[in-house]
Amino acid sequence: MTLASLGRGQKGVIRAIDTSDPMVQRLMVLGLVEGAELEYSSAAIGGDPLEFRLFGNAISLRKEQARHFTVSPLPNGG
Amino acid sequence: MAKPSVTRVSVDQITVSRRPSVSIAVVGNPNSGKSTLFNRLTGLRQRTANYPGATVEKHVGTATAGKAVLELIDLPGTFSLSAHSTEERIAVDVILGRMPGTNPPAGILAVVDMTNLYQGLYLVQQLMELELPMVVALTMSDAADLKGLRVDIDALQARLGGVTVCPVVATTGQGIKALRQALAELPGSPQPDLPAFWPELNKAAEQLSAELQGSVRRIEIERALLDGSGETEQEILGRLGKDRDERVGEVRRELFGDEPPLAREARYRYKWVREILDEVQQRAPPLTTWGSRFIAWLNRPVPGTIGLFVVMAIVFQAVFAWATPMMDAIDAGTVALGSFLASQMPEGALASLLSDGIVAGVGSVIVFLPQIMILFLFIILLEDSGYLARAAYLMDRVMRSVGLSGQSIIPMISSFACAVPGIMATRVIPNRRDRIATMLAAPFMTCSARLPVYALLIAAFVPAESIGWINLQGLVLLGLYLLGIFAGVLTALLLRVTALRGPKPPFALMLPEFRKPNLRTVLMQLWGRVKVFLRRAGTVIFAVAVIVWALAYYPRSDTVAWELAEQQAVAEASLTGGALSEALQGLEHQAAADQLAQSWLGRAGQAVEPVFRPLGWDWKISAAVIAGFPAREVVIAVLGTVYALGDAADEATLAQRLKSATWPDGAPVFTLPMVFGLLIFYACCLQCAATLAVIQRETNSWRWPVFAWFYMSTIGYVGALLVYQLGSG
Repeated sequence: MTLASLGRGQKGVIRAIDTSDPMVQRLMVLGLVEGAELEYSSAAIGGDPLEFRLFGNAISLRKEQARHFTVSPLPNGG
Repeated sequence: MAKPSVTRVSVDQITVSRRPSVSIAVVGNPNSGKSTLFNRLTGLRQRTANYPGATVEKHVGTATAGKAVLELIDLPGTFSLSAHSTEERIAVDVILGRMPGTNPPAGILAVVDMTNLYQGLYLVQQLMELELPMVVALTMSDAADLKGLRVDIDALQARLGGVTVCPVVATTGQGIKALRQALAELPGSPQPDLPAFWPELNKAAEQLSAELQGSVRRIEIERALLDGSGETEQEILGRLGKDRDERVGEVRRELFGDEPPLAREARYRYKWVREILDEVQQRAPPLTTWGSRFIAWLNRPVPGTIGLFVVMAIVFQAVFAWATPMMDAIDAGTVALGSFLASQMPEGALASLLSDGIVAGVGSVIVFLPQIMILFLFIILLEDSGYLARAAYLMDRVMRSVGLSGQSIIPMISSFACAVPGIMATRVIPNRRDRIATMLAAPFMTCSARLPVYALLIAAFVPAESIGWINLQGLVLLGLYLLGIFAGVLTALLLRVTALRGPKPPFALMLPEFRKPNLRTVLMQLWGRVKVFLRRAGTVIFAVAVIVWALAYYPRSDTVAWELAEQQAVAEASLTGGALSEALQGLEHQAAADQLAQSWLGRAGQAVEPVFRPLGWDWKISAAVIAGFPAREVVIAVLGTVYALGDAADEATLAQRLKSATWPDGAPVFTLPMVFGLLIFYACCLQCAATLAVIQRETNSWRWPVFAWFYMSTIGYVGALLVYQLGSG
């Protein structure tokens, strides 16, 4: 499952990253690394980009980039 | 950590002079409250310049800290030392002491948003490797309280090897005194007592540096090894020389294996950040208030979209409704001052230069100020409250589909009032290609200077009839607005597949929390932007206004003056009272029209008439259009003069005169196809020196303004030609 497929309010922990894309490396610099916990909050007009919460702060990514991050979902409230 | 190599300056030495001798770089993530803190520390003792060869502004201020006087350099916000935009490159170059004309910093003030320690500490770790003395300011500690965040300052300080950490609230000044004290002690402060973060990297870079006889510093080589695609790094790698490529590749393989260096760096450093966070930060459930609930609701797509359109409508309304009366007042004031001066002086070139050239020229600069100030006030408020980032996020998909980016939304909407502030607002767009595409699309939006011409021609030539509930005149006006939008979007799309072709920039945007903008910061930013406009665009607009005056004034014809005197004598002999003053005014207007006809401008109109003849224009319209190239709103005044009604003719009279204008064979000049062609020409042409000057300033080259001018003129001409030829045929 990737970041792009989390449901609203669902949390996930990044488990693996497809690092071959230089754009993905730029996102890693922003803190999207293995072990980081994200919560999907909503999408913009037209369903893209997506908004997540990362350590209490909002970050938005395009869907095509979110697909490079494999996550394992966390139970809600966890 | 490796041995420090900085020159230490003791505080006592600094106090000898009140001029700052030590520079401190203020570094932090975007939206970390860095600029607010900078303003708080320096007050009004700041100056703005440009970095060489870049449009990025350099903000330098002087701060007193105890007895010390320090120079603070407010750097563009950055998340890391891997530069991928011009702003980031400049920040990194200044930090590394590689920026010509800027003192290498003797210390660093790292600004970290307490609510975002995660990304803040990442940058702090990179900065600590520079081995410069450092102070960390933790901003927004009030917001952290509201979010239920507790940070153990002592523990953080210990984890950072004893670097001073000062919690501050820049907006209220809380904690600033302690921060000043820490800054005063900074230049001589000891190095953090920590083991190296990344000994393998330090060692490899040290060795490479030694191989190059120290011509490239260790820290520069480290950056180059980590991020071969960054702007600064590319330049450093270039300096290493071609034969080093292999060696660099070898060292990289040794250090990182198959892992991309940047990915390794992120994994490596965030691991350290997570460890610190687990130790120093406690998170309690955030306080839920009505305000925070409202904001959470606004973050959802549908209410967010509605909110966005409400905000846009308010901005648009304010720019039109508030600026228009002020602009009218400035216009009226300019005209009154001009005629007062003219009446106080003997008639002649000097009086005309003063009233029609200089006063009108200055007027044409300051007439932009109300719009620019109101628009920038809104943009700064939206930016500082964090809303701009959210608007860019919400609109990204929509704007992307027309070849622009989410951040283009504010510049594009602003351009409906005036392209000048709109283009100045493109600075919020990080990607260069997106920025230029937006700049070239923006002048197509129907600005307020086009409206008077539209209004005149539509009122005169489009029947005031309604089909059902649709008013024809309104329909034509709407059509012209849509034409502008369509042409702008098409331009952006075309540019993105030709000159500005390139990979889609990654879109990752931190969406800051909503916060109350700080009045002081807002006003200081506003003043900064107004100054830039006056200095750079203002000079061009003024110069052009004087040139147009000269073209319309010279050469003077003695014959016209002599005939005027003769006719005035005849009128005075035969008429009295009201009839006489009316006749005299008519004669003066006729003389002004005759003078204009034989002036350089009039001659130019006649010379280019063959070019515009296929559009159905006579020399009078051609001359008015030429005069309107520097500033399109001039056209009405020129038409007034050329049709012998004076330059302040009211629109109804002028419209009447236009309707009765004929070719020598008696056919009307202003036919419907010709008028529609003229409107299209107006909708498309870049008749605005201020816009050209601002595009030049923002792109730092004449290439784009020249291209925009030819491109838009061609579209306008071809559009007008097609409409006239098809309509008349």
